[in-house]
Amino acid sequence: MKKNSAKKSIFYKVSDTNLLLVITIGIFLLMYIGAIVFLGGGFTKPQMIFNILNTNSALIITACGMSLVMISGGIDISVGGVVALVSMSCAVYLDFVRNSSVLIALLMALGIGLIYGIIQGFLVAYLDIQPFIVSLAGMFFARGMTTIVHTDPFDVKNETFVKLKDTRITVPFMGSYNKRGVYFPAYIEIGVVVALAVVVVLFLVLRYTKLGRSFYAVGGNKQSALMLGVNVRLTKFLSHVICSLLAGIGGFVYFLHVGSGSASHAMGMEMNAIASSIIGGTMLSGGVGNIIGTFFGVLSLSTIQNVVASAGLDQAWWTGITIAAMLCIFLLIQSVVMWQKKKALNS
Amino acid sequence: MKSFLKKITGNQLFIPVIALLVLAIINLIADPSFFVVSLGKNNAGYNILSGPLITILDYGSELAILAIGMTLVTAASGGQDISVGATIAIAGSAMLRVLCGTNTRPETIQAPIIVAFLVACVVGMLCGAFNGALVSVFKIQPMIATLILFTAGRSIAAWINNNELPIVPDPKFMYFGGFIPGIPIPTTVFIVMICVIVTFLVLKFTNLGLYTQSVGINDKSSRLNGINPTFIKFLSFVILGLCVAVASLIKVSRIGTINYSVIAKDIEMDAILAVALGGNALSGGKFNIWASVLGAYVIQCLTTTLYKFNVQSEALAAYKAVVVIILVVSSAPKVREILRKVFNRKNLDALTGKAKKEAAK
Repeated sequence: MKKNSAKKSIFYKVSDTNLLLVITIGIFLLMYIGAIVFLGGGFTKPQMIFNILNTNSALIITACGMSLVMISGGIDISVGGVVALVSMSCAVYLDFVRNSSVLIALLMALGIGLIYGIIQGFLVAYLDIQPFIVSLAGMFFARGMTTIVHTDPFDVKNETFVKLKDTRITVPFMGSYNKRGVYFPAYIEIGVVVALAVVVVLFLVLRYTKLGRSFYAVGGNKQSALMLGVNVRLTKFLSHVICSLLAGIGGFVYFLHVGSGSASHAMGMEMNAIASSIIGGTMLSGGVGNIIGTFFGVLSLSTIQNVVASAGLDQAWWTGITIAAMLCIFLLIQSVVMWQKKKALNS
Repeated sequence: MKSFLKKITGNQLFIPVIALLVLAIINLIADPSFFVVSLGKNNAGYNILSGPLITILDYGSELAILAIGMTLVTAASGGQDISVGATIAIAGSAMLRVLCGTNTRPETIQAPIIVAFLVACVVGMLCGAFNGALVSVFKIQPMIATLILFTAGRSIAAWINNNELPIVPDPKFMYFGGFIPGIPIPTTVFIVMICVIVTFLVLKFTNLGLYTQSVGINDKSSRLNGINPTFIKFLSFVILGLCVAVASLIKVSRIGTINYSVIAKDIEMDAILAVALGGNALSGGKFNIWASVLGAYVIQCLTTTLYKFNVQSEALAAYKAVVVIILVVSSAPKVREILRKVFNRKNLDALTGKAKKEAAK
């Protein structure tokens, strides 16, 4: 009896969002410590984390947008397509147009994201069409358009852009010595700064602003949100606009990282974004989630990939299988946690 | 007259039939040879029918079979299975493994085709059962639950055969995706007919259809009425798994081998599109399997038409997306309501205008 009441109080005290966040961070730390203990080597160096950030900055940005949409009860699977479309359009603009400037390319990326968001948000929020179907068509369209814009993959040679792409920001005190004692400074790319800024801003918006709270309200219970005077349609619309806009920014960051345009860029990124959001504790049913969790979700996902790669299971299929297994485990944890909680509340 | 129009437009088969008619008219104007069906000889020297119409019937078969299962899943769970393409790869890979054994270039097949097919069926149903268990028991949204197999499926398929591409040596295996000697109609057409007849009999003589609809409309009240929603949802996913196995037989048989990353790519999107085109609510509930099957052929017709206009296969997706959006927007209840209001006002305006004119006279 006593045990039961203790359990009850814990479940009462901790909100859904925090509970799932704690689970996520705990599992990430366990995994990373496990990697250090069993695989050692690269995982002890701080640069490992920075490398993860460098390669996944675009994923972090898109996953944040995805979490926002999922918190407000929707889903957007067009982000991968938007990223590919943005990087292809920017690449074509920078290479084929004379006197092209990087700033206009950036504006173009934002514009594509914004247009996408407005159309999808309108269809979902004001015409009541299922978000999955709308963004499915969006994904189709973006992938098709990418091939129509340009068929073959190519590298961008624009000088200003290449300079920007190769900019490295060194992180003090985090470097490491190699076997010969030569010091390698730790570095991050510009995309990481953007990604971290997005995470911080979104976290603050979601936690402390009226708009941020209304995302949770709409996702948690549409009816009660409506009764509390939240503009449900506008909130849903904005969630899609912000998500696609972030996909646009993510597209540019991705482009900045790879420096080329290709129709096969960011294949399956939407699935990775959804997976990291779920691993980060965002509930699919809406109303529960945390941007910090999503950030750790991306880190966990790429740590698993790195572990798989350095454990010698480098055949391509193991990555797919491990990510899926992880997704499965986290979905089951979510399901069980919520079930337990319901039980605790009812008893 | 008005009630007659309403009856026609209210019918679920209205949208796919109209779409088919539009496509037919476009083709008729652009190139009348689209409708020519000729009797030719294939490489083996047998008489076969050929022509764009036969191509549509032939290559639309996998989609039609998948549409049957996808409609049931959609109706029961209110979500879609996005892992069908990956599951086709798994089932096909298992089938090849049984047929060819560990040797990738065997002289003869190592097991009878029927055994391999049964193994593929079991594998497909297991995948369906996995999805179904996640959806029905653990109450995870269907699209997300199937995301797991969607991500892992092709990797598992490659793992089953050690990433090698076995080639089936027996020409008899090719009959399923091609032609049986002496019969000029593609075998796939017969396979679809068998599937359709079996589905028809099952729906006719069991309560599956009724139970599925009631679970999709309201699973709480159907539980109070003594139906087990968990089991019905689970069952719909297993049935889809069976459909996937049949589709994988056709897919693998067409080329006699498998390409893990390309086989049945994007077919999940087409299957969902077929269900939507058939006028079935994607949020579950009432369904009409025949409309979905017709929808599948409409999509194949669209694909063939686009190819005829020299559209690149990668760019195909953009055109299909436009079609999806037009379809979905036009069939959204909200839009229909607005349209109805506009039309009514127009009628009203016309009437009042007439009245005013008459008054002026």
